[in-house]
Amino acid sequence: MIEVNNLSKIYLSGEIKTTALDKVNFKIAKGEFVAIVGPSGSGKSTLMHILGALDVATSGEYVLNGTGIEDMDDDRLAEIRNKEIGFIFQSYNLLPRSSTLKNVMLPMMYAGIDKKERLARAMDALKSVGLEDKIRNTPVQLSGGQKQRVAIARALSMSPSILLADEPTGNLPTGQSQEIMDIFQKLNNKGHTVLVITHEDDIAARAKRVITLVDGKIFSDKLTKKDKKTKFKNISAENKIKANKIKKKRK
Amino acid sequence: MKTIELLQESVEVLTTNKLRTALSALGIIIGIGSVITLMTLGQASQQSVTDRIQSLGANLLTISPSKRGGTTLTYKDATAIADSQRINTIDKVSATYTADANVSYGAVSDSAQITGISENFFIMRNVELVEGRFLSEQDDLLSSKSVVVNSTFITNFMPDTRNHLGEEIRVNGTTFIVVGVTKDVSSFGRTENSLYVPLSTAQNVLFGVKYVSTIYVDALNESVMEDAQNQVGFLLMEQHGIKDPLDADFTISSQADILQTVSQVTQTFTTLLTGIAAISLVVGGIGIMNIMLVTVTERTREIGIRKALGAKRKAIILQFLIEAILLTFTGGLIGVILGVGLSTILTNAFSLPSTISLVSIVLAVSVSIGIGIIFGIYPAQKAAKLNPIDALRYE
Repeated sequence: MIEVNNLSKIYLSGEIKTTALDKVNFKIAKGEFVAIVGPSGSGKSTLMHILGALDVATSGEYVLNGTGIEDMDDDRLAEIRNKEIGFIFQSYNLLPRSSTLKNVMLPMMYAGIDKKERLARAMDALKSVGLEDKIRNTPVQLSGGQKQRVAIARALSMSPSILLADEPTGNLPTGQSQEIMDIFQKLNNKGHTVLVITHEDDIAARAKRVITLVDGKIFSDKLTKKDKKTKFKNISAENKIKANKIKKKRK
Repeated sequence: MKTIELLQESVEVLTTNKLRTALSALGIIIGIGSVITLMTLGQASQQSVTDRIQSLGANLLTISPSKRGGTTLTYKDATAIADSQRINTIDKVSATYTADANVSYGAVSDSAQITGISENFFIMRNVELVEGRFLSEQDDLLSSKSVVVNSTFITNFMPDTRNHLGEEIRVNGTTFIVVGVTKDVSSFGRTENSLYVPLSTAQNVLFGVKYVSTIYVDALNESVMEDAQNQVGFLLMEQHGIKDPLDADFTISSQADILQTVSQVTQTFTTLLTGIAAISLVVGGIGIMNIMLVTVTERTREIGIRKALGAKRKAIILQFLIEAILLTFTGGLIGVILGVGLSTILTNAFSLPSTISLVSIVLAVSVSIGIGIIFGIYPAQKAAKLNPIDALRYE
């Protein structure tokens, strides 16, 4: 469903070239629960921007549901984001002055869905995250965990191909973090594809598969122990040596 | 996303920060208000002048000295015109001498405009009588000390006197007897104390002059105005011994001429004032643009969120454009109400005819919408161009 081939992203600032992603390859099938981990500067955010159609790669392929997302203009990317991606951000990114209900309905408004259906779908989504009694509240009246649940409901409302969560628990206390991860697990059990970007090991441990990025390259891609059939994927010998060197340096 | 929903959204945003909304719309309110007021006042005063000049009659020719206050015209000129066998296009002739003098009645003393008049004056100038009689040919022949006063004079000098006729008033020390009272002839809502005396009395008794200020000639009808103007002109040149029309020491103007001149003057004046008011509209528009740019910066994160969730360029542009248009449209509407109110008060105060037209209101509202579009498009485009990644990171 998601296929990434030789994906590279190079930032140019003046004379200095920064390679944020260096020929990354992976596939994610429908219904997977994947965590992308790595230290800061490893290219996690860049990858998430490209996967979320907020940005386009410098080279390589990104195929989402059979559609190649390269060289698209802003409006086409907006359409992809609207229909295929359900974003969940670290800082929630809700409209502060709008009610919970209105926030959840926002992507459907841009999709041109009529008001009645919008309302019905938003109520469904809010029910699935247990917030049906908070529809009139504005974000300031909600706890961090509740805000993130609103964001999840908003992401669900358009029934996207993937739920793309960027450090979804980064601003939350442990208890609420686990609550959010429980929701993701539940959604994944129902068949949603979930992609979580995180630097927290215990959050990554909730996923079925963990892709580790180091220096813009995939360092490891493995199924978690929970999934029992542990196996390694896509790791070149070169990457292994490099990763060991980095580990030694850190020690 | 439907436009009506964007409109609702904009109303919500604008009502959230009422003070800022009111202050940013103020420029447009004042601009539209003053444009409407000044346009209406200009048109009203033009209408008033036109009405007044036309009320004097379309057949009237006015002869005056070439130089202001000149002494080249005499009563003899007037009689020559009236008696000439060669002129067959005119009806009546009247000569006047006008000057200010000090007038007193009992304890009241003030300056007043004295007009010495020969026969036909009251008929030719459409002056209406309230009481008593007009001055007669007899009065002029005898240089009688009879005076006809206007209503303003009565109000100012004799507010408590019941019978005005037969009262004695003093003009520059000479005693006159009131024989008639006329209606006021208003000029721009302002009327002066006006007294009419026989021309011979004004010339010989009051002011000691041999000349007249103005000679009025009524043509037979409107179609012979040009002929009448030429015939009278040549006769007067002959009388004054002038060969070249360029050397003429008098000017003959018809109502049409005067009307045109006055219209041009008031038109220029109105255009000038309206132009100044229009500048304030531009300033108001710049104010709107400024506030919209601030709004875009303030709401960078919101724009980022909307774009991340699938808002296309057009949706963002429309959102901010509609907000700007709503701001200027509401401002324009309030400005129209303000302008109509103000011009109604002012036209009433100066007793001018009120001429607020629906066209100017529609125009004003359209202009304010136009200002919203012109000054709103740049901030809206700026918002739509924001990169969603940077916008989401914006604190």
